[in-house]
Amino acid sequence: MSIPLPVFIAIPLTTAFFMPICGKKLKPLATLLANLATLSLLVMAVSVIGQSDVYKIGKWPIPLGINLVLDGLSGLVLLVISVVSFAAMLFSVRYMEQYTAKPKFLCLFLLMVAGMNGVVLSGDIFNLYVFLEIASIASYALVGFGCGHEELEASFKYMVLGSIASSFILFGVALVYGNTGNLNMAYVARAIQSTGLNKGLTFALGLFIVGFGLKAALVPFHAWLPDAHPSAPAPISAMLSGVLIKTLGVYALSRMIFNVFGVSTQIAWVLVVLALLSMIAGAFLAIGQWDIKRLMAYSSISQIGYVVLGIGLGAVILAKDGNLAWASLAILGGLFHLANHSVYKALLFLTSGSVQMSTGTREMRQMGGLAEKLPVTRAACTLASASIVGIPPFSGFWSKLILVIAAVQAGFIWLAAVIILVSLLTLIMYLKVQRYVFLGQLPENLAGIKEHKGSMLVAMVFLACLCVLMGLLVIVPDLKAGILDPAVKALTDGVSYSVKVLSM
Amino acid sequence: MPYALCFLLFMIGLYCAVVKKNMVKIVIGIMIMEYAVNLMLVMLGYHFGGVMPIVERDQMISADGQIAASFISASVDPLPQALVLTAIVISLGSLALLISICIRTYERYGTFDITDIRRLKG
Repeated sequence: MSIPLPVFIAIPLTTAFFMPICGKKLKPLATLLANLATLSLLVMAVSVIGQSDVYKIGKWPIPLGINLVLDGLSGLVLLVISVVSFAAMLFSVRYMEQYTAKPKFLCLFLLMVAGMNGVVLSGDIFNLYVFLEIASIASYALVGFGCGHEELEASFKYMVLGSIASSFILFGVALVYGNTGNLNMAYVARAIQSTGLNKGLTFALGLFIVGFGLKAALVPFHAWLPDAHPSAPAPISAMLSGVLIKTLGVYALSRMIFNVFGVSTQIAWVLVVLALLSMIAGAFLAIGQWDIKRLMAYSSISQIGYVVLGIGLGAVILAKDGNLAWASLAILGGLFHLANHSVYKALLFLTSGSVQMSTGTREMRQMGGLAEKLPVTRAACTLASASIVGIPPFSGFWSKLILVIAAVQAGFIWLAAVIILVSLLTLIMYLKVQRYVFLGQLPENLAGIKEHKGSMLVAMVFLACLCVLMGLLVIVPDLKAGILDPAVKALTDGVSYSVKVLSM
Repeated sequence: MPYALCFLLFMIGLYCAVVKKNMVKIVIGIMIMEYAVNLMLVMLGYHFGGVMPIVERDQMISADGQIAASFISASVDPLPQALVLTAIVISLGSLALLISICIRTYERYGTFDITDIRRLKG
């Protein structure tokens, strides 16, 4: 039985509108409903993985109506969104008790999930813009949720840059409509194939790269991320770093470049250069930070560079008309790193939330010796750090290994060297976290703290288990063929996406 | 030519959002950008002497119910108008949030000048 695709958007959307009604008295009911919503999304995302489907809203034929498209890539990103939102929602059951207005938080959280699911499933450029705005506006409000000095400042900064990005994207959509007369991705792709890129479309592509690059926080456009991600409550930092920048940024950008506009050598090199800048600058900026969440936020910039590097390298190989197998391997590395990074970065932010809730500070110099006080948090943080650094057999190792192999195979030895160098920088920054947070001398004022039990621990253990097991996704051939290969194929198929969508 | 003017308006908005120090002026700049895009979308569908895109009985060629070619070439494109309506609603939502964050920030810091609102750095 196949699930109608709008259900993925309808469930979080309807649950979100129930939340403000619940008010203070029914807070446990609201929490339960929200958790049920994310759990059901997770179950459904697992059940549709690897399938492909087209849903025409209102039965309108394709160029006239809006359609939702599920293919391998959307399936993978949908699964990642559901896993991270499930864990973050579970974590916030206990964590968000320290804030007032929890139902409003749950409402915004679910709206953000609805927006992201919509972006992933949309087969129409304007519809993608609408869902992108739903997710973005919810995330602006969530970053400023604490209403303190820093939260408001970060939220304003994020919102200004985010709104500029959205205007760029809408301008790009207008140019695409003016030049091709269509908004449906499949029809736009077909029109571009038959006429080629004219000046207007090239300009639109540039606008999309800047707009989605701002949303993905690639390096010249990264200024908002290190402020916004630490200021948000911990489960929201996990959502923002874990999935929001990937869905609104990397997914949308690669969908546009690979499936709608078609890859060209120049665009592919633009991606690789942006990726390299993000990797190196993000890593160096992260090492100097003393705020634990700010360090992790900078490391997100560095890690998003890995994802874009894999995808960009694949595009370079494809555009040079090179070996399809080599291109597939590079893209596989990028997409697998996307999934891995979502899981371990979400886990790292959740552990930072646990530390912050117990100690009341994010400043690493005021911590130390927490290993005995917070044993589970410490174990989870160590696992996630080992993953992000790339220590075998944890998940990050496999995706970095694939990226290195792909780079060497394609003849870019220096790229492989950069990947390994940035891994070493990552090792330094997470050793710093371990050293100053969990080892060393326990300050006297923190002698009485204890770990918060319950749902927070369950969420962290769930993600920690995934960190250990994710490596199986590439080792076990069946899992690889079922989950990752369709996603890679969706990108390497390129503009024949339109043929596939129109035939379904 | 009108498109170039739209782009000019867009750049004015972008300049305002990037250069101005006052939070409210930044918000105004962002809104100018969004109006420029909306204007551009409306103009994409419009042409001079256009008629409304609704077929009336006398515009049909009576015999086989085909729509007259003159109608197709004269009618304006209705789709951008629907897009603009949606875009206006979205920009209203983000405007409301921006302004409310400005008000809360003013309550906290007592100023709209972003050079004085700098607690985050690094």
